[in-house]
Amino acid sequence: MNPKKDSRQVSILVVDDELSVRDSMTKWFVEDGYQADSAADATEALKKLKPGLWDIIFLDIKLPGMDGMELQQRIKAIDPNATIIMITAYASVDTAVKSLKEGAYDYVTKPVDPDYLSHMVANVVKQKRLLSENIQLREQIQELYEIDQIVGKNPAMLKVFDLIETVAPTDTTVMIKGESGTGKELIARAIHSKSSRRFFPIITVNCGGLTEGLTESEFFGHEKGAFTGALYRRKGKFEMADGGTIFLDEVGNIGAKAQTDLLRVIETKQFTRVGGDEFIKVDFRLICATNRDLELAVKEGTFREDLYYRLNVFSISIPPLRERRSDIPLLCNYFLKKLADSINKSITGFSSEAMEKLEAYHWPGNVRELRNAVERAIVVAKESCIGVSDLPIPPCPEGIPDDQSLEAMEKVHIKSILEQMGWNITRTAEVLGIDRATLYKKIEKYGLRK
Amino acid sequence: MRIYILPIEFTDKNLLSSLLAALRDAFGLPVMILNRSFSLEGGRDPIRNQYNSTWILSRILEIAPDEDCKILGVAAVDLYVPVLTYVFGEAQLTGKAAVVSTYRLRDELYGLPKNPEKLKERLEKEAIHELGHTFGIIHCREPECIMYSTTYAEEIDFKSKNFCRVCSALLEENKKKS
Repeated sequence: MNPKKDSRQVSILVVDDELSVRDSMTKWFVEDGYQADSAADATEALKKLKPGLWDIIFLDIKLPGMDGMELQQRIKAIDPNATIIMITAYASVDTAVKSLKEGAYDYVTKPVDPDYLSHMVANVVKQKRLLSENIQLREQIQELYEIDQIVGKNPAMLKVFDLIETVAPTDTTVMIKGESGTGKELIARAIHSKSSRRFFPIITVNCGGLTEGLTESEFFGHEKGAFTGALYRRKGKFEMADGGTIFLDEVGNIGAKAQTDLLRVIETKQFTRVGGDEFIKVDFRLICATNRDLELAVKEGTFREDLYYRLNVFSISIPPLRERRSDIPLLCNYFLKKLADSINKSITGFSSEAMEKLEAYHWPGNVRELRNAVERAIVVAKESCIGVSDLPIPPCPEGIPDDQSLEAMEKVHIKSILEQMGWNITRTAEVLGIDRATLYKKIEKYGLRK
Repeated sequence: MRIYILPIEFTDKNLLSSLLAALRDAFGLPVMILNRSFSLEGGRDPIRNQYNSTWILSRILEIAPDEDCKILGVAAVDLYVPVLTYVFGEAQLTGKAAVVSTYRLRDELYGLPKNPEKLKERLEKEAIHELGHTFGIIHCREPECIMYSTTYAEEIDFKSKNFCRVCSALLEENKKKS
């Protein structure tokens, strides 16, 4: 890497009354690829000081007018993030030590060893970069998991928010229930981010995607050689979640053996890796989610009752989107604001017809489907306002009926295709994959009219 | 454009002739010895018993030929700049003058046996490095590049005599400009 290619140059200000010191230091730093400038006294230094302008300030302890100690305090007041390194003659080391107590990063004694100076500056730069990356990442994580990301003003959602606030600070096991796409993982992350475990990881396991054989190794890891293909020792998800939260999505899908293993680890908080005999203790909080009716599964004998009660300590049910239609405009505008910038399009809103259609649709895929629909609409929209034709929703004037029986759905679907095809019976029958006679019978049966 | 080597109270003819060839290879420019008398006395700090390299640069500029050239002073004394305990050399960034010294490049200074071959290599590398600055190239983060900053003698041995791809391109670009 070459410093010339760095997008942001590190800036250094040298404050010293000796011209030769100022010149030789700034020259040294410029050759090292830093942006450097100097000031002969406190007045000149203060003139050149602006918050965030200088990353590192070398400050001579003995300056005419105002001494370095006093200037250090003034600099800290203007720019608390600037790293101050005191420059001192051998005789003033005591003062330099005092300045360290006042918040200086370090001090150098004139003349300084070039190797020492180079390493000191490199270390400050490294530390500052790590700090800024750390702050940036924390902000991103905060933004990612903030409860504000879960949008809703519907009373059912307000109740969910209340439950999150109540349960988050505790270590209680939480069961999140809701249809696919309702945002169960977002709720789990919100609980984690509001808990004291937020600086430790939240590990997600999608139990729906695990086969019976894989679950144990996925949960608890394995030792090298534990089974064919186990070429290395691998940590399991419970071990990775130590100190943090483990989120078991679609927990209702795990098999009988995994249910027993899970029950044991919840009770003992320890386990052994597959193929190992060493007990590993872990400290985790458990959050589960399911879209299955687990009570029914218990009755049917496919899910252990004791495990169910262990998981269902504190339950949060997320309503499907069709039961909180009043949130749809709010969600649409939220997704529009969030996505339009990243897609680089200036879309201002939705036409009233488009919004009516969005509110009328039954959203079987819930908020996830709505988000995808808005994203697609932003991409295809040619005007500044999203219109009906931009929406990827099949025409369904009456929406989906509350009666979701097969017959009711068939009636709505046939009517929808008939309208799309302009009541052309031949084309409609082709699309539906039935013959014309059958279509006529169904039109008659459901009393469909143009 | 040519490069002059200015011996500053420096008498080792073998080192000068090998340096001449190395600079010619590195920069692809004609390199010549500049015979001018140069006394170091005014640049000596009696307390530190060292020689101010910035002062040497200003003296080099005073006696420099009035033409498009780079001048590398070669000395054998201990060099310093006021804020640092020592330097191996100094150069004007995008300027005309540079200086290097063999004083801290010698193994015997660190209690090791004399190693003339190593001294020759180190001098050539430091000379190319300082002249690189006169062509406007700053320190490079590529450890093998000649423009990598080195602050102790053994570190010089780790880098090559060559410019990395980026510094090499910069050198060619800046050679055309001057």
